[in-house]
Amino acid sequence: MPEVPAVQIDSLSKSFDGVEVLRDISLTVNKGEVVSVLGSSGSGKSTLLRCINWLEEPDRGVIHIAGERIGVDAHGKRMNNRDLAAIRARTGMVFQSFNLWPHLTVLQNVMESPVQVKRMRKDEARAIAEALLEKVGMEHKADAYPYTLSGGQKQRVAIARALAMSPEVILFDEPTSALDPERVGEVLTVMKNLSSEGYTMIVVTHEMEFARAVSDQVVFLEKGLLIEKSAPEKFFTNPETERVRKFLELSA
Amino acid sequence: MTEWSIIWEARGAFLNGALNTLILFILSVLAAFAIGCFTVYLLEARNALSTVLRWAINLMRMLPFLVLAYLLYYGLPSLGVKPSAWGAGLVALAIYHAAYFAEILRGARIVLPAGQIEAAKAHGFRSARLYWRIILPQLVIRTRPLLGNQLIYALKDTAFLTIITVQELTAAANSVQATYFIPTEAFIVVIALYWVISICLELALKWAGRFGAKRGFEHA
Repeated sequence: MPEVPAVQIDSLSKSFDGVEVLRDISLTVNKGEVVSVLGSSGSGKSTLLRCINWLEEPDRGVIHIAGERIGVDAHGKRMNNRDLAAIRARTGMVFQSFNLWPHLTVLQNVMESPVQVKRMRKDEARAIAEALLEKVGMEHKADAYPYTLSGGQKQRVAIARALAMSPEVILFDEPTSALDPERVGEVLTVMKNLSSEGYTMIVVTHEMEFARAVSDQVVFLEKGLLIEKSAPEKFFTNPETERVRKFLELSA
Repeated sequence: MTEWSIIWEARGAFLNGALNTLILFILSVLAAFAIGCFTVYLLEARNALSTVLRWAINLMRMLPFLVLAYLLYYGLPSLGVKPSAWGAGLVALAIYHAAYFAEILRGARIVLPAGQIEAAKAHGFRSARLYWRIILPQLVIRTRPLLGNQLIYALKDTAFLTIITVQELTAAANSVQATYFIPTEAFIVVIALYWVISICLELALKWAGRFGAKRGFEHA
């Protein structure tokens, strides 16, 4: 009996105002795997990520998080908010624009979900949050408010916040795209460490070096279609499609 | 300066009126703020109730406060409810200013960055906890100056209640001036007392502003 995949996507489709953004996407992400999602702007990468935790509601298709179907209940109806929230709590998400909660300190940002959503005891949540902040190198800013941090620092806190829920999978939506070039490295380093610790990650990114060094699978989206899925070595040295070859040439 | 000595003799009436005004003000704005916050929570769901609430807020804002006070005090008895002047006044203040508080918070809700709410949803937050923990604190911090302004309005609106016979500060001054024919002195004292309360309010609001400044919401 193989292990249940962390994320299983079957025949996912999504349109916005009649424009097909995702077309019949299927993807399996096993536990501990890092999957990088590449593609040009508007290819549907972010939408794919946002469908996985139902921030966007797909039109068709089935998504399972650690074996549990998200968004649709056992009777094929729209899942109620309580159940949806419970599954979402098992995923983490890191956004391009950080989206830290500005009224809370760094430590409170990381503690908030475990305490409020998981009803964890405060001292327990604090211990976890402090350990995670140390992991991302932000323990010295525990009592600072988000607006005092640099972009890279904010993103590292956002990663700690996602980790605090012990998610089955962490979804990264272009986590370094809003950062100054000299801040990109510190976030990528944290993400590399996470991958070597066995976290399951799906990363929408434009960072080729990272995708090549860290991924177990690289997938390429073009106009809503998943046109290539391979191991990073193959993807970057000997891609199957002309489109990917072109993409790699242009981004080299 | 016999007028001032008359005022001094009547200090008990003034203090009693001022105390009544303060109690009415504090109770009504606490209730109004709570109702306002809860109303904006109900507006989070897009349903029939939220549409009705939007209308209710707008109707309330289009109503002169005095008319609402009249309506509650003189109108309710025809429905078989006979409120005291004080009770009718308190309820009128509370629901009238609740509508304004709701409208102020609603305005801030519209411009609240969607990403933060998505982040909360992605971490498993929903409805009530999402609102009270993530959304509302930010709305309150962001709208502090407007909420403060509304408190001043609420304080001044308590003076209208003299007309439905509530024994608050303005009523006390009116009774003193009518008895001794010293309107100028009586109302100067009243103005001074309203000013004192307002200034204390302003100082408290300024102090509250540091919560926002510390979090980068405003520049102190």
